[in-house]
Amino acid sequence: MSDLQTQTLVPQLDTIFPDWVRPDDRAGYQGYIVETEHLLAVAKALRDTYGYDLLSSVTGVDYLPEGKLEVVYHVFRTTGGPIFVYKVQVPRDNPVVPSLVPLYPGAELQEREAYDLLGIRFEGHPDLRRILTWEGFAGHPLRKDWHEPYFEEEAKPYKSRWPEGQVRRAEDLNPFADNVDYPAGFDPESLVPDADDTLYKTLFRVQQAQHPEIKTDAIVVNLGPQHPSTHGVFRMVALLEGEKILDLKPVMGYLHRNHEKIAERNTFLQNMPFTDRLDYIASMSNNFAYALAVEKLMGVQPPERAEYIRVIMAELTRIVSHFIAVGFLLNDLGAFFTPSLYGIKERELIVDIFEMVSGSRMMCNYFRFGGLARDMSPEAVQKTKELVNDRLPRKIDEFDRYLTENEIVRQRCEGVGVLTPEDAIALSATGPVLRASGVPYDVRRAEPYSIYDRFEFDVAYGLHGDIYDRYLVRMEEMRQSVRILKQALRDLPEGPIMTGKPAYQVRVPAGESYGRVEGPKGELGFYLVSNGKPNPWRYHVRAPTFINLTSLAPMSRGGKVADVVAILGSIDIVLGEVDR
Amino acid sequence: MNGKGILSGLLITLRHFVDTYLEDLKVGRKRYGTAEGIEMRRSSDTRGIFTIQYPEEKLPVPEEFRFVPFLVYDVKEDGEKAVRCTSCGICAKVCPPQCIWIERSVDAATGKPIPTPAEFFIDVDVCMNCGMCAEFCPFDAIRMDHDYEMASYDRHKHHILNKERLLKPASYYAEIRPTSYRREEAEKAAKEAAKAAARPPAGTAA
Amino acid sequence: MSEQERRTEPYEIPEEMKSQVAVTTLDKIYNWGRSNSVWPMMFGLACCAIEMIATAASRYDFSRFGMEVMRPSPRQADVMIVSGTVTKKMIPTIVRLYNQMPEPKYVIAMGACACGGGPFKEGYTVVSGVDRFIPVDVYIVGCPPTPQSLLNGLITLQKKMEQESIATSRWYSKAPSQPIPIPVLGPDLMDPRKFDLIRQQSAAKKAAQTADGEVENE
Ligand code: SF4
Ligand code: SF4
Ligand code: SF4
Repeated sequence: MSDLQTQTLVPQLDTIFPDWVRPDDRAGYQGYIVETEHLLAVAKALRDTYGYDLLSSVTGVDYLPEGKLEVVYHVFRTTGGPIFVYKVQVPRDNPVVPSLVPLYPGAELQEREAYDLLGIRFEGHPDLRRILTWEGFAGHPLRKDWHEPYFEEEAKPYKSRWPEGQVRRAEDLNPFADNVDYPAGFDPESLVPDADDTLYKTLFRVQQAQHPEIKTDAIVVNLGPQHPSTHGVFRMVALLEGEKILDLKPVMGYLHRNHEKIAERNTFLQNMPFTDRLDYIASMSNNFAYALAVEKLMGVQPPERAEYIRVIMAELTRIVSHFIAVGFLLNDLGAFFTPSLYGIKERELIVDIFEMVSGSRMMCNYFRFGGLARDMSPEAVQKTKELVNDRLPRKIDEFDRYLTENEIVRQRCEGVGVLTPEDAIALSATGPVLRASGVPYDVRRAEPYSIYDRFEFDVAYGLHGDIYDRYLVRMEEMRQSVRILKQALRDLPEGPIMTGKPAYQVRVPAGESYGRVEGPKGELGFYLVSNGKPNPWRYHVRAPTFINLTSLAPMSRGGKVADVVAILGSIDIVLGEVDR
Repeated sequence: MNGKGILSGLLITLRHFVDTYLEDLKVGRKRYGTAEGIEMRRSSDTRGIFTIQYPEEKLPVPEEFRFVPFLVYDVKEDGEKAVRCTSCGICAKVCPPQCIWIERSVDAATGKPIPTPAEFFIDVDVCMNCGMCAEFCPFDAIRMDHDYEMASYDRHKHHILNKERLLKPASYYAEIRPTSYRREEAEKAAKEAAKAAARPPAGTAA
Repeated sequence: MSEQERRTEPYEIPEEMKSQVAVTTLDKIYNWGRSNSVWPMMFGLACCAIEMIATAASRYDFSRFGMEVMRPSPRQADVMIVSGTVTKKMIPTIVRLYNQMPEPKYVIAMGACACGGGPFKEGYTVVSGVDRFIPVDVYIVGCPPTPQSLLNGLITLQKKMEQESIATSRWYSKAPSQPIPIPVLGPDLMDPRKFDLIRQQSAAKKAAQTADGEVENE
C-alpha cells in the first residue's frame, strides 16, 4: 500500500492484526475489539501508520449481563474523514486497561472520568484520581448495579406517578431524609476526610521530580470554585514560584449533575430537554448532536425544511456563544463588563428569536427525532432575516473595531498561552482552540452532517495558537456563521418539519451510534448504546470543553498567574458541560 | 500610533452613550412606557438605551413562551367547570424529571375508573419547563403558562401545585395563546363535523 | 391598628406643617436605604447564572434597584443569589461563603434547582434544595427563571426587607450568631447536625443486612 492510501483509507484492522483484533459483530455495532494486552501496539499503529492522530473520546460501558466492562475509543484524522472506533473488553471484577496517555495525552481527563464513574483502572496513567466526584466517594455511579439514594426504578416512566399518583418529595422516602446513602454500619465520627491531600500531593510530586536537589518555597494557590474569573464553579490549583506557574491542576465536579446516570433512566425523548442543560449557552447545538445520534440509530431523516431550520438555529447559537466567549474573555482581561454588555445585547436579540420559535430563551428543547418540535413562524423568519442581513454583520464589525486593535488586548493576548499544532492534536483539543493552533479541522467540513455540504463557508484558523488567535478565530467564525445563515435563510424551503408523526415513545433499534457536530466550543459528540428498550443503555457525552481543559495545564506552565485567567477565558468553558 | 486602538474603542463606547440621548430626542416621549417604545427597543435597529424598565414596563412574551404548566377547563353553559383532562397519564409518562403526579378518579359505587383526575400535582421545584407535557397531551388539557412572576417566601407551602391551583379557564388560554387556541378549536370542530357526517342521520335507518 | 399600619402612619402631622416636615420612622429610613442598595455576591453556579448575568446586563439592568455592585467577596455582599444546581461537592463552599457574609444577609434561591433540587434532583450528587443547609428568604420558580422573574424575586426580597424592624432584627440582638456547621464529604455528603441519624440508620441497615444474610444461610 502506498503512503497516501494508508493515510486515507479506513484500515481493516482484523486483517492487519488477525491475532489481536476482531471485528465487533454485534448487531448494530461498528469497529473492532482489540485484545487488552495489545491495545497500545494497535493504538500506536493507528496513530503513526494510519494517521488517526486525534483521540476524540474515551469512555466506558458497563455490560452488566455479560459481566464485562468495555472501553470505547473514538479516533479521527485531523485531515478529515469519518471517525474510527475500537474497543477493549475487560472483566467487571478486575477491570484493568493500559492507559493511552503516553500515546495521546488528551486521554488524561477522560480516563480519569472513566475511572471515577465506572471504576476502570488505567495502568500507566500519571494521575489516576477521582475527577467528578470526590476522593472517598462510595462506589462507581455509572455501574449498572449502583443505585443512587433516590433510586425508584431502573427506568422511567415511574409507576408511582399514575394512576395513583400520591405526591411526595423524594427526601421524605429516604431513611436519612436527604439525598444521601451510606455504607451499612458507617460511623461518621470515625471518618477522616480527604480534604484535598491527595490533590496537593500530586502537585508536589511534580515539583520534586523537576528539582529533586533544591528545596524551593513553592506555594499552592487555589483559584475557585467560587472565583469571579473561573466562569462558574471551576477550580484551579496552581503551584507557584513567585509569580511563575510551576504546575497547575484543574479541579472539577462542582457542577456534576449526573447527567449520564439520569439519562440512562430516561427514555430517549426525555433526554432532549436535559441536553439543553449541558452547554447552556448553546442549547440548540446540543439538541442537534443528540438528535443526530438517535436518528442514526433509528435510521430516519428529517425533511428539508427541518434541516434548514436546524442549521439556522445552530449557527445563531454559535454567534451567541462566541459573543459571550469574547465578552467574557475581555472580562477576564480586566475590561470589566462593557464588552460583555455589548455581546449580551446581541445575545438578547437572538434569544428573542429562540423564544419565539421554541418557547424558551435558553432551554430550547427544540429538536425532535426526525424533525423539530414546531415550525418557525413567518414572523420569526422575518426577524431572523433582519438580524442576519443587517444588524449582526454591522455589530460584529463594530466589535472588531472595538477590540481587535486594542493595544492592551494585544499585549495581554499575543504570545500567551501558546499551543503548538502538534500539542493541540495530541491533547485532543477541538473547536476554536484546535483551529487557532493552525489545524483547520471543522466537523462541518471534515465529516459534513445534516446539510452543511450545501453551504459555502470558510474554516477559520489561526497560526500562532495563542489567546489572540483564539479570539480572532471566534470573530471570524461569527462572520462565517452569518454567511451560512444568509444562504440558509435565502434557500429555506416550505414543507413539513417532521418525518412521521410526533410520538412520545420512539422505537430505537439495538446498536451503538456516535453523533457529532461542530459545536461552538468544539466537537460535541453523543455516544449512545441502545438495547432496543425505550431507554438508552449507555449515554455518553463527549463534552468539548471538558476535553479542551486537558490543555489548560500545558498552556499555563511557565506563565504568570494573571495569564492563567485569560487562558481559561480563551478556552471558553461552560461548567454544565465540563462536569455534566 | 500606539494607543490608537484604545482610542477607537473608546470612541465606540462614546458613540453608544451619545446615541442614547440622540435617540431620546428623536423619538420623544413615546420611547418609554409605551408598547411601541418597547417594540422599538427590541427591534433589530435598536440604538441607545436598550433597557426595559421592569416592573413598570414588561417585555411581552411570545405566544410560544413556556413557564410552568397549567390545566385548562371549559366553562359549561350552566357555569360548571368541565376539566378537559381525562387523566390518561400521558403527560406523567412523558415528563422528563417525572414531576407530575395524577390520581385517577374512581367511581365509588362500581370501583371503575372515571376519566377525570381526582388530583393532579406538579412539583415546580422539579419541573424543568420543558413543555413536553403540553406537547403530547392528546386532549389539549395541559398547557404552558405565561405567568413568570412566581417568587415566594415559602416553597414548602407554595411549590407543589395541586389541581385547584393548576386549573385555569379556557378563556385564559385563548388569551395567552390565541393562535394555538384557534387552531385547536378548528381541529376539534372539523373532527366533530366528520363524526357527525359519518354517523347516519337519526331516524333514517330501516 | 395592625403592625403594618402603625409603621406607615406613625404620627398625625398638623395641616400647616405638612409642607415643611416629613415624619418617618427610623425603620423606614433604615429599610429604604438597605433595600435599595442590596449588593449581590458575584457567584454563579449553573445555567441560571447566565440568566442572572443577563439580568445584570443592559436589557434588564438591575442597577435600577441599586444592585449592580456585584461583589466577588462574601464579606462585602448582602445577598447571595444561589443561581443553579447545588451539588454535594459545592455545598461545603456555599455554607462557608454564607458564614462569611456579614449580617444582615439574605439568600435568594433562584430556579428550580436551588429551590428544591430541580430536574437533576434524582441525581446522586445533587442537594435537594439549598435550604437544607442555609436559610432562604425568597424562592424563585422556573428553570431557568427569566430575567424578569428574577427581578420580580428581587423586588419580593425588597418587600421583605421593608417589613423588618431594627428593634427585632437578629443582627442587633445580643446573642452571638452561630455559624452553620460545614458539611463534610465522606462516602456521601454528611451534615454534622445529622450525625446521630446517620449513625442510627447505618446501624439499622447493617442489622437488616445481617438478618438477611442469616435468612439466606438457613
Ligand atoms: S393533562 Fe392531558 S396528557 Fe395529562 S392526563 Fe390529562 S389528558 Fe392525559
Ligand atoms: S413542563 Fe416538562 S418538566 Fe414540567 S411538568 Fe411538563 S413535562 Fe414535566
Ligand atoms: S433550575 Fe434549570 S436552568 Fe436553573 S440551574 Fe437548574 S437546571 Fe439549570
